[in-house]
Amino acid sequence: MSEQHHQSDKDPVSGVNTTGHEWDGLKELNNPAPRWWLIVFLITVVWAIGYWVVYPAWPTLSGHTQGLWAWTQFKQLDEQRQEIAARQNTIAPRFDDASLEDIVKDPELQAFARAGGAVAFRNYCAACHGSGGAGGPGYPNLNDDSWIWGGKLDQIYATIAHGIRAHDDPETRQSEMMAFGKDGLLSAQDIGTVADYVLSLSGKNETPLPDAAKTKGAEIFAANCAACHGEAGQGNIDLGAPALNDALWLYADTREAIVAQINKPKHGVMPAWGKRLDERTLKQLTIYVHTLGGGQE
Amino acid sequence: MSDPDPAIDLAGHDIQFFEKRPKVYPRDATLKGKFRRLKWVVMAALLAIYYFTPFLRWDRGPHVPDQAVLIDIPHSRGYFFMFEIWPQEVYVLTGLLVLAAIALFAVTSVLGRVWCGYACPQTVWTDLFVKVEYWIQGDRNARMKRDAAPLTFEKVWKKLATHVVWLVIGLMTGGAWVFYFHDAPTLLHDLLHFQAPTGAVGWMAGLTLSTYFMAGYARENICTYACPYARFQSAMFDKDTLVISYDRTRGEPRGKHKQGDGWEGRGHCIDCKQCVVVCPVGIDIRNGLQLPCIACGLCVDACNDVMDKVGLPRGLVRYDTDRNQRARDDARACGKTYQENIRIIRPRTIYYAVILLVVGGLVLYALLSRQPFEMHVLHDRNPLYVKLSDGSIRNNYAIKLLNKTHHDKDFSVQLVDAPQAQMKFVGVDGNIIHVPADAVSQFRVSVDFPASPLLQARRTLVLMATDLETGKTTNVESLFVTEDKR
Repeated sequence: MSEQHHQSDKDPVSGVNTTGHEWDGLKELNNPAPRWWLIVFLITVVWAIGYWVVYPAWPTLSGHTQGLWAWTQFKQLDEQRQEIAARQNTIAPRFDDASLEDIVKDPELQAFARAGGAVAFRNYCAACHGSGGAGGPGYPNLNDDSWIWGGKLDQIYATIAHGIRAHDDPETRQSEMMAFGKDGLLSAQDIGTVADYVLSLSGKNETPLPDAAKTKGAEIFAANCAACHGEAGQGNIDLGAPALNDALWLYADTREAIVAQINKPKHGVMPAWGKRLDERTLKQLTIYVHTLGGGQE
Repeated sequence: MSDPDPAIDLAGHDIQFFEKRPKVYPRDATLKGKFRRLKWVVMAALLAIYYFTPFLRWDRGPHVPDQAVLIDIPHSRGYFFMFEIWPQEVYVLTGLLVLAAIALFAVTSVLGRVWCGYACPQTVWTDLFVKVEYWIQGDRNARMKRDAAPLTFEKVWKKLATHVVWLVIGLMTGGAWVFYFHDAPTLLHDLLHFQAPTGAVGWMAGLTLSTYFMAGYARENICTYACPYARFQSAMFDKDTLVISYDRTRGEPRGKHKQGDGWEGRGHCIDCKQCVVVCPVGIDIRNGLQLPCIACGLCVDACNDVMDKVGLPRGLVRYDTDRNQRARDDARACGKTYQENIRIIRPRTIYYAVILLVVGGLVLYALLSRQPFEMHVLHDRNPLYVKLSDGSIRNNYAIKLLNKTHHDKDFSVQLVDAPQAQMKFVGVDGNIIHVPADAVSQFRVSVDFPASPLLQARRTLVLMATDLETGKTTNVESLFVTEDKR
């Protein structure tokens, strides 16, 4: 600060004293900040120095200063995960010995399984089945009462653990529908006839089927399809053959979709989750899927 | 303002980079004054309410806190004597806050800033802190002299003692606060045995320091610079609002007065400055109504005391309305008498009263008509609906049943006006739901409608819960969806 004279340095327009500094005829007014403001400012400076000391702050050539507390986000995350694990461990170990039926009967275990299963479902299953389990063409809806491989607790568990047509699990659900059209087992006309007949099982035809076509279709169905799908098209969960006489379709309820499937069937694949998830998670997923609404007793 | 700006030290050689506010040294107002006495009474009553309320008990039965006023944050419950609220009913608190605000507006429109002058915590604690200063350090002149004097042993211990007492009061203030959030006797025991929860200790420390700084240092600056209420109170003022006023036509021209001199040709103000030195916000009321004035009336007491001594009528400084002041001045100008007239009933007060009654009625209605149970129904959105193998349509719902009583209850839940539909609870046989005392139970419910061309894309679905103990019912409207509407 230069020693300038301050006497009578009052700005004539505003009546405010000046600091005595002058640049090209402009004088700086002296409107000081309140003292409390200055004090708070100094406190924040001191506080900031405290941060440098205890937290990572300054870059160095090979990294940064660690600070007295050696705090990192990874450590914090680890601590939080341990905390959560510790809380879950009050209940989670009971899943090791409990059977699926035991879990369903115990309200506390059931609630835990539903919550844990919901998280696991969103992590592992939602990509194909949808976050609400509603599925899509080729991916079954898990909320309804139709199950290709069975909707009882142990059946759902087996499907999740071993998958469907999973190449790496010998116990996987395995089924294959023959390519009736591509391999020349049925003529194009017969495929059309039997497709019409299949549609008639659930009353989906656009126009009522003539009796002659119905008889012919029934014959072809009995000879080629009934072995797996059942005489009335009711399906067979042991073979993974979907029911054809209900309102639900894995792909679509149109004639084209049915013809395409008979001609050259699509075969969906589900991974064997038993190879990736632990026993507790598999049980929780089973309970969750079972309680979505379609679980069978 | 005609005060010299303390920041500008023209005689010195350095320029200050901060503005030091002049400290206010209120003289301990005479105990004879009725407003001073009123302030003591109000302070005693308010502090008593604040410190003792948490220790009041109120029997609510077993397993429920018996503290009359308690905000139980871990269990998310609020207790106020016979009333109990859940987080869902926090609108009652909103109503109470609105009620408090309107009541404040109504009082302000009639009596001016009485809240500021008598009841505001900032005023009450500042008053207490100034009194502590007075007890330990003496009155205004002694304090000013000591502050200007160099450091002596006597100055050090008196200052130290003042701050220690302030901190103790602050600690009690913060201490009382946390009692509203815990069982008070238990917490007191824990505090005395150094076993109190960290949260409570943290709050106490914070409130101790804030009390210390607010009432010890910030004082009138809060009212003048920080308080939003002080800023918008002028919106509630009108010509009939009581304000502290100086009777200018009677007081001026002011001047010193010797005993025995006459009063001819001069005003009644003897310029003794007693109204200035007692003022807790450091203003001169003779300059007229000013922004920092909190209407505490201490200058009224001081002036009345002086008027008594010099044998003049009281009321040179007084609570009066703008309308009265003008009427009086006009009357004096033409040598007439005038009639004092305090109008309390006027449009402003009438509509404040109406709002007060309406909001008060609503809050009371909400509290008295409180249902002992509640049902919430949330329609699943993912998936919106499920088609079943027979073509029927299923919708899923999450149902919450709130049992606000202090004993277990059973409820039945059924559909209203949907005979064709089927309802099923997931994991429960039948439709009887058990909800433990003072708890919320959550259930999943599926509702199936058979396939029918008559089924609308969307229809409302009404669910009814029946309290099997009392037979009371509650209906909740939800939605049933049968197809995507895109």
